[in-house]
Amino acid sequence: MITTITVTTTGGTAMDDFLLRGLLAGIGLALVTGPLGCVIVWRRMAYFGDTLSHSALLGVAVGFLTGIGTQTGIVLVCLAIALALTLLQEQRRLGSDTLLGIISHSTLSLGMIALAVLGSVRVDLLSYLFGDILAVGDGDLYAIWGGGALVLALLAWIWRPLLALTVDEDLARVEGVPVWRVRLGFTLMIAIIIALAMKIVGILLVTALLIIPAAAARRFAKGPEGMALLAALIGAGAVAAGLAASLQVDVPTGPAIVAAAAAFFLVSQAVPARG
Amino acid sequence: MTVPPLLEARNISLTRGDRAVVDNVSLSVRRGEIVTLIGPNGAGKTSLVKLCLGLVKPDKGAVTRAPDLNIGYMPQRLSVDVTMPMPVARFLSLWSRATRSEMQGVLEEVGAAHAIDRAIQTLSGGELQRVLLARALLRKPDLLVLDEPVQAVDVHGQIELFELIGAIRNRRGCGVLLVSHDLHLVMARTDTVICLNRHVCCQGKPEDVSRHPEYVALFGRHADALAIYHHSHDHSHADDGCVVPPGREHTSHSDHHGCDHDHHHHGHDHGGHRHG
Repeated sequence: MITTITVTTTGGTAMDDFLLRGLLAGIGLALVTGPLGCVIVWRRMAYFGDTLSHSALLGVAVGFLTGIGTQTGIVLVCLAIALALTLLQEQRRLGSDTLLGIISHSTLSLGMIALAVLGSVRVDLLSYLFGDILAVGDGDLYAIWGGGALVLALLAWIWRPLLALTVDEDLARVEGVPVWRVRLGFTLMIAIIIALAMKIVGILLVTALLIIPAAAARRFAKGPEGMALLAALIGAGAVAAGLAASLQVDVPTGPAIVAAAAAFFLVSQAVPARG
Repeated sequence: MTVPPLLEARNISLTRGDRAVVDNVSLSVRRGEIVTLIGPNGAGKTSLVKLCLGLVKPDKGAVTRAPDLNIGYMPQRLSVDVTMPMPVARFLSLWSRATRSEMQGVLEEVGAAHAIDRAIQTLSGGELQRVLLARALLRKPDLLVLDEPVQAVDVHGQIELFELIGAIRNRRGCGVLLVSHDLHLVMARTDTVICLNRHVCCQGKPEDVSRHPEYVALFGRHADALAIYHHSHDHSHADDGCVVPPGREHTSHSDHHGCDHDHHHHGHDHGGHRHG
């Protein structure tokens, strides 16, 4: 009798723990992807984000191979890919969309090949691709909140010059905005967020958490800061709703979060705008 | 005048491929002076502006800017992505930490005070140009660089904008480097015209340039129209109620200082209208 009670209690606590960790991790992430995603939407860089996140699988492999850890591997590979893309865009014979498509799919394939070759490492491919929020540990939680706070601080620091160069790059340059450094900082933030978000929604769905809340916020926002704040809240709401839904009907959590965000977006389109 | 110019380009050239986009061009802009670049499409006007701004490095020659030169730049076109909610006031505050009353003041100066809370994407062509001019003025520039400032503005609005630019120069004493493919409207309100077709065809006072054979060759029969526009411009002064002494009316055709003086009055006249 006593034994049974003990077991139940322990089970319940464990259940609450991983739910709470997942919820906190997801909300922590959404608070950052909201504002960052707004900038991606404004700069029409959704495919750029997609490409970087697909290359993250290659980063995972690099992390295993070199022993620097998956998250460091992801950040480094994302930065390398962003640099390569910038150089490729200099030659103006192919459009950006084509270059992004080439890089996106080849890095994803290379990542999968590399992980297959690294047969000795047991890798749960599906959790990398679609995330596993309920497997978030204390260490992941600290990483997300710590890394997220770092990215938000960096974003707040470069916010004004970033908006200025988003509006007009030449104008920003004339006014003394260090365009190249601001762009590098922005790319670095995306790379860090992809590394952090992989655990939550997986590399295939990271972009969704960046752009869908931002897109849903657009109709209700009067200014850029309002849109960033609203996107953060919508993202947090989508995490909570997705987590709740996946508990109710036992579906994968990452896709459930993205589906919830998409539902918010649809509702935002149906609600009459304030003007 | 021994004061060094705000901006000086000496024998600058820019080559793209094997084509000279800008070929051995020299120009200078002094405080209180309006220098206008005119030339057909593809004459290298915008490239020359980018060279002057330091956005592009010349292959030959050098551009010198006065130390700590504060440039107010108005680009040829600027479109804020529709995905970005952006009221005019926020747009202005992106570039300089201005208070709302400062923004209000400068928008009043350009005649766009009503637009301060509107989304920038909803402005008409003329309103947007005025807001862009206000943005440049907020920096309290020593030099205004205006690349085709009257694009997408109807003729009446163009005259207003050019007069506004003249009035701003008179009030603030800044130098102005103006680019226009329009030869008629702009030339009556400028100190120096540089006629550009990759190289400098001719330059000087508007009246001299308009008679220059290379200018006439470049613009053909359109060059004749200058006189007509000159005339209608003087009429618009009179229509606005500005007192134009009979003697002045004639000197403003030929005498640069007379023309300048008229503008000065006109600028104040405008201010009176807005407040009234």
